[in-house]
Amino acid sequence: MSGGTTTRRPFQTNWLARAGWLLAFLYALYAANLLDISWERFLIGLDNGAKFIGEMVPPNFSRWQLLLGNLIETIEIAIIASAFGVFISLPVGLLAARNLMPAWVTWPFRTFIALCRSFHPVIFAILFVKAVGFGPLAGILTLIFASIGFIGKLFAEAIEEISLKPVEALRATGAPFMSVIVYAVLPQVLNRFIGFSSYQLDANLRNSTMVGIVGAGGIGGTLFSAFQRFDYDFLAAILISIIALVMVSEYISTQVKKVFQ
Amino acid sequence: MSTSPQQPEQPARSLQVDRLTKEYVAGKPILSNISFEVSGRSSVAIIGPSGTGKSTLIRCVNKLIPPTSGNIYVSGENITVLHGARLRRARRKIGMVFQEFNLVERLTVMENVLCGRLGYVSSLRAWLRRYPQRDIEMAFSLLESIGLLDFTRQRADSLSGGQRQRVGIARAIMQEPHVLLADEPTSSLDPKTSVEIMELLVSLTETHQIPLLINIHDVELAKRFTNRVIGIARGGIVFDGPPAELSNDHLKDIYGGENWLQ
Repeated sequence: MSGGTTTRRPFQTNWLARAGWLLAFLYALYAANLLDISWERFLIGLDNGAKFIGEMVPPNFSRWQLLLGNLIETIEIAIIASAFGVFISLPVGLLAARNLMPAWVTWPFRTFIALCRSFHPVIFAILFVKAVGFGPLAGILTLIFASIGFIGKLFAEAIEEISLKPVEALRATGAPFMSVIVYAVLPQVLNRFIGFSSYQLDANLRNSTMVGIVGAGGIGGTLFSAFQRFDYDFLAAILISIIALVMVSEYISTQVKKVFQ
Repeated sequence: MSTSPQQPEQPARSLQVDRLTKEYVAGKPILSNISFEVSGRSSVAIIGPSGTGKSTLIRCVNKLIPPTSGNIYVSGENITVLHGARLRRARRKIGMVFQEFNLVERLTVMENVLCGRLGYVSSLRAWLRRYPQRDIEMAFSLLESIGLLDFTRQRADSLSGGQRQRVGIARAIMQEPHVLLADEPTSSLDPKTSVEIMELLVSLTETHQIPLLINIHDVELAKRFTNRVIGIARGGIVFDGPPAELSNDHLKDIYGGENWLQ
């Protein structure tokens, strides 16, 4: 097959992938056309946006007491939900790990985790507002479920990836089941569990600013009413506070991870 | 500490394997009708080609793998009929050393050694690291005798292979077992370290009067360090006797072929 004059090609050309990319690009153009997203429409949008941003400056912090109270409630919702969520995820993740538990234990817990993951937090928040009424309790329940869905799943997967050699060794010593978990399983996954948890605390802070939009407590409610009253300078103040909050939490979670290296 | 027994005259520590058969696939036994007995101060090597079920045999002894039929007696107690908590209690009497050490990498050397006591300590106390003082003293003196006292607080993953296997042996001795099983304890180690590990295994089991059963690939090591060799091939015992009697003919029978013997 080695013709003297022809250059040999080391890679095979993937015509199928090229055709796929072309198709995706054409579909994007077609869909934009279908939704009537044209250049003119974009320019109108820009114009509107400039007016909107113009009304946002300068941000109005005169109602800072309301703002601060809301922020504190938001943080409380996030921390309470994270604490319970993390605490519940630990056994749930363990019971969902297929390498340690028999199938009749794992499948109900895997179903429960899947259920927690199946809805976006907004939908959970609406459900809980209907179920337990307006206020932070609905927000807390929402974020607990979101946390279990996230940490529970990742924790179960982390456990399924551990080395079973120490587990075998400890079973051979006659160690009770809980001791095997504490000595042979947890040390292998603790680092990752802490990583997932601090990430989830971060996500919960962000999400707890949002659950208020549907009435589940926190700063989101104030944000939404500022929108509705065209109170754009106050709106800007709220947005700036949320950004500050998220940045502070990011910093704190980095520091927490350093401690547990 | 006051309740520790004053070494009463107890029956000799022993392991008896009685007509053990193991089939992973029904009708195709990997081990059939294996019987032998080990007791007192004796070290026994099990040799045989890869895949003959040496590891299976050793794991049947502590029921990590349940045997298909036959009985295993450890100091007279039939292991094969036990389940749950009673099986766990019986497993405390059976120490095990592994080819790949099977330590908990992220725990310290001391924690790994104390793992040998997990069968005797409640989960809560184990979790809080509140072991009886007697266990802690025993762990320290074992660490001293294996030369790792300076590594007590280091994590197991910072140790070399030979050091890890020493910790693995100390963990098994901590159980105060009635029999010590070793599954290819030297296969992951260099030749010099292998000899040191065999010396340690034999000397520790002798001083603690624990019968020793070793799966081993290296026939020379087996001959040098044990006082009895059991050869397994084709699912059964084809040789059982002192190392001096193990001839090239026996080796040919066990491993097949002969060119490798030159």
